[in-house]
Amino acid sequence: MAKTEVNDDIAVKVDHATVRFNMATERIDNLKEYFVRLIQGRLMFQEFLALKDVSFEVKKGESWGIIGTNGSGKSTLLKLISGILKPYKGSVIINGSIAPLIELGAGFDGELTARENIFLNGAVLGYKRDFMKEHFDEIVDFAEIRDFLDMPIKNYSSGMSARLGFAIATVVQPDILICDEVLAVGDYAFQQKCEKRMTDMRDKGTTLLYVSHNIDSVRYVCDHALWLNKGNVKDAGVVDKVADEYMKLER
Amino acid sequence: MEKFKARVMNFWGYRNLYEELVMKDIKLKYRRSFLGYIWSILNPLMIMCIMVMVFSHMFRFDIVNYPVYLIIGQTIFNFMNEATNKSMWAILGNAPLMKKIYVPKYIFTLSTVTSSCVNLVFSLGAILIVFIVCGVNWNLWMLFIPVILVEVFVFCVGMGLFLSAATVFFRDIQYIYAAFLTAWMYATPIFYPIEQLPEKLQWVIKHFNPMYSYIQQFRTVVFQGICPDLRLIFYGVVIAIFMSVFGLWVFSKTQDKFILYI
Repeated sequence: MAKTEVNDDIAVKVDHATVRFNMATERIDNLKEYFVRLIQGRLMFQEFLALKDVSFEVKKGESWGIIGTNGSGKSTLLKLISGILKPYKGSVIINGSIAPLIELGAGFDGELTARENIFLNGAVLGYKRDFMKEHFDEIVDFAEIRDFLDMPIKNYSSGMSARLGFAIATVVQPDILICDEVLAVGDYAFQQKCEKRMTDMRDKGTTLLYVSHNIDSVRYVCDHALWLNKGNVKDAGVVDKVADEYMKLER
Repeated sequence: MEKFKARVMNFWGYRNLYEELVMKDIKLKYRRSFLGYIWSILNPLMIMCIMVMVFSHMFRFDIVNYPVYLIIGQTIFNFMNEATNKSMWAILGNAPLMKKIYVPKYIFTLSTVTSSCVNLVFSLGAILIVFIVCGVNWNLWMLFIPVILVEVFVFCVGMGLFLSAATVFFRDIQYIYAAFLTAWMYATPIFYPIEQLPEKLQWVIKHFNPMYSYIQQFRTVVFQGICPDLRLIFYGVVIAIFMSVFGLWVFSKTQDKFILYI
C-alpha cells in the first residue's frame, strides 16, 4: 500500500487505477497443463479488466456510496482500497487507518468459540489483546450474543456471526470505514442498529465507503455517490443526483 | 535498508496476529481429545517404541542406545515433515481471509511453522523421558541443542515460504512433495547408521541432505558430549540461511499474484 504524504484533507485517492484479472476459466494450476501450454505458446491468458482507469478522490469526513449493477466492479474497488488487490496500472493512496467490513467475520475460525474468535479477529484487524479485553463486554453486548459466547462459531447462524463481525470491526473509530453489502444478512432491527452506528461514526468524522444495492440506505447514510458501470465510472457526485440518475437508467 | 526496516516495523505491528494464529493452531490441535497436550509427548514415544521393536528384532543395527539414536532422528525429521507439509496449505487454507482483508501474507506461513515448532518443544519432553530411562550421560554441550533447533527452524521457514507460495500456483506440488518426503526420509539416517551405506551414497547424503547435518549435530552432542564438527555446523547454518533467503525471495516475488489464484 502506498503511503505517500498527500494533501491532508484527502482520505482516499484513486488515480487512474486499472485492475486486471486473468479469466478464471483459463486458470492454470497444475504443472502438466502449464508445460503443455508453454510448449504450445498459449500461455497468454485472456485478460479481463475489472476496473478501467478509475479515478476519484474522497475527502476526509465524506461518506461515499458506491452503486452499480452486479459485476460492475464495486467490490473490486473496495478491495483495491483496502490493499487486498494491487492496481495493475495507476495508484491508490490512503491516508489513515482502515476498517474493512468486506465480509463480516472473514477472519473467524469455525472451530473456535466466539470468545476466542473475538481476540483472533481483533488481531486480524490489528487491535492489541489488552485493547480487546477492555472492549470485550462492549462487543458482546452490541452483538447480543452473550448466551452463546462459548459455542464454536460454526454453530452460529449467518446473522449472528455477521453481528459479531460488525461489532468487532467497529469497536474502534477508524479513519476510514469500508462496508460491502454487509448488512444484508442481519435482521431489520440489527440493520437499523448498524446503520445508526455507521452514521454516528460518520458524524464523528470517519470517512465512509459504502456499497449497497439498497438505494434508500445509500441515500440515508451517504452524502456522495460513485456509480460504476462495467468497470468505468459512470457518474460521481452528490448522492441524490447520482442515485436519481441510476434509478432512472436501471428501471 | 530503509525497506527492510519498514518490513520489520510492519511485522511488529502484526505480532499480535502472529501470536493469536500460533495459539489458535495449538488450541485446536488437541481440542476434544481426552489427553490433550499429553499426546505431543505420548505420540512420539509410542512410535519410537514400535520402531525400536521393529529394528531390534526384525532388522538389526549395531547401535548403542538405539532408542535414543532413533528418537533424536525421528523428532527432528518429523518437525521438518510437519512444518513443511502444513505450510503448503498456509496460504490456500487462509484464502477466505486474504480475499477480504489486508494482512501480510507471510504471517500465515510463519505462524504455521512456529506452531509446529511448539509441538517440537513438547516432544522434547518425550526425548527427555527416553534420555532418563536409557541413562544418557548429561553434559554441558547439550546446551548447544537450542542452537540446532534454531537452525532447523530457520531452514523450515525457508522451505515453508517456498512451498506455500508454489502450491498456490501449482496444486500438483502436494503430490510431488509427498513422494519427495518419502525419499528424503529414507535418505536421512533416522533409524539406520550412515556407515552402513556405500561410500558414494554417504558422500551424497553428507553434502546434499541438510537434515543429516542437523540430526548428526544433535547426536554428537548427546552421544559423545563434544562440540559437533564445525564443518557440520557451518553447513547447517549456511543452508538454513540460504533456504530462508530463497524462500523469502520466491514468496515476495509472487505474493501480489496470490489473490488471483486462491
